[in-house]
Amino acid sequence: MTRLRLRINHALALLTGNPRADRVVPPSGHTATLTSLTAAAMAFLAVFAMALALTTGRLAERWSGALAKTATVRISAPADQIDRQTSNVLSVLETTPGVEFARGLTEDEVRALLEPWLGPDLPVDSLPLPQLVEITEADQGFDAEGLRRRLQAEAPGAVLDDHTRWRRPLISSANRIRSLGLLSLILIGGATAAMITLATQAALAANGQVIRTLRLVGAEDSYIARAFVRRFTLRALIGALVGTALGMGAVALMPAAGEEGAFLTGLGFSGAQWAWPLAIPLLAAIVAFTATRLAAFRTLRTVR
Amino acid sequence: MIEFQGVTLGYAGRELLSDVTIKLPPGSFHFLTGPSGSGKTSLIKLCYGEMMPSAGRVEVFGQDLGALGRNATAQMRRRIGIVHQDCQFLDHLPLAENVALPLHVAGLEADTGSLDELLAWVGLSGQADALPPALSGGERQRAALARAVITSPDLILADEPTGNVDWEMSLRLLRLLTELNRMGKTVLVATHDMNLIRAAKPQVQARVLRIQGQKLQLAGADL
Repeated sequence: MTRLRLRINHALALLTGNPRADRVVPPSGHTATLTSLTAAAMAFLAVFAMALALTTGRLAERWSGALAKTATVRISAPADQIDRQTSNVLSVLETTPGVEFARGLTEDEVRALLEPWLGPDLPVDSLPLPQLVEITEADQGFDAEGLRRRLQAEAPGAVLDDHTRWRRPLISSANRIRSLGLLSLILIGGATAAMITLATQAALAANGQVIRTLRLVGAEDSYIARAFVRRFTLRALIGALVGTALGMGAVALMPAAGEEGAFLTGLGFSGAQWAWPLAIPLLAAIVAFTATRLAAFRTLRTVR
Repeated sequence: MIEFQGVTLGYAGRELLSDVTIKLPPGSFHFLTGPSGSGKTSLIKLCYGEMMPSAGRVEVFGQDLGALGRNATAQMRRRIGIVHQDCQFLDHLPLAENVALPLHVAGLEADTGSLDELLAWVGLSGQADALPPALSGGERQRAALARAVITSPDLILADEPTGNVDWEMSLRLLRLLTELNRMGKTVLVATHDMNLIRAAKPQVQARVLRIQGQKLQLAGADL
């Protein structure tokens, strides 16, 4: 515990410490500016990657939640048999364990379901539409295969659709997109670390004589490293703050998904998820601090 | 103060020093001479740990430099004032900040009065805010000396401190070094300028070390 506290104090000293240590290293010019710009760009992309991951996560939950608990029975039969078969189906469903509720859809509801594809003036009467029965599952669920066999016996025109066939690939796709979003975040973090390491090494190489002079007048490695660590960490933090703010603004300006597009929800954050991108500047600063510190001490070890 | 025990130093594929054993007591003043490329600068670097011997042992303040870690080496260097031939300033900082640098890296504050006094001692009172590239060779050497003594070190190492200055300035720098020795500081000056060594005779009791044929010899009697 004490050791951890010492390490944290040491890390904080590298960041706060003596601001005069900053002055001993000449202004880094383009290198530091590029660090800020790259951190800003990476943070901007990270916000979108995070939005993608969170959105697809919500989507997968929504699909699995909304569809896992419902099923449909479609009854296609000659007009004189449709009512009887519908009645048989409802009777079977009433006695099926795991079925919480079942009801036949009205003509208006069927019309509303088809309207997005066939238009508002749908002549329902003249089309051989199947009768649809909506099933709501109880928590324990029902035995789909057993129910299919019973429906086959009681209502030959009835087909059970438990949505599994198309729900699984959708959820699988959403989960994969979420994984890609998380992978993007990791790649962005790695690229940021690599870029800051290169920038630090360039700055250290350009200041070889300064480092040598400081060592000769008795500067410890931590004193010299502090100047570089502070400079690049603060640059990365400021750049990432700007990039994150711009990214969040851009996400906020994305068109909202209305009721008509409710199934394919819009890209963005929801509720408390808006707090998540605020971690990006902090992570960028941690990445910059670690990368700069490692690069600085590695270079300093080459100077006696 | 400084002790070499059987020190051998190889550099760039050749042996610069071979089996050197010497002891410089506290408060002494030594000149180090030898032809160009004989290893004067390398011997100075051995004294503050910038170079390490390929064989043998270097002790400064009773500490084996080969056994010191990086932080301990930094601490040890705070007790040494080093004047380089090329001065080695931070060109983006004003002279006063360069001179006060050894204090800053040690976490100490430079007292403005003392700093002014020190700059006056080396004749640079009016140059406190000047950047090093704007100074003449002599001014840079005096500033380097001021930086070397600001922490009141026990040991002064000067590598060709008069290499880039005229004779008058050389004598002025020599006077500053002998004054420091009178204050009790141990001084080692590497120089190829025999006139400077002769000029020191009336001012200080110094001895001359000469590097010849990879060996270090104590030359002649005391000056």
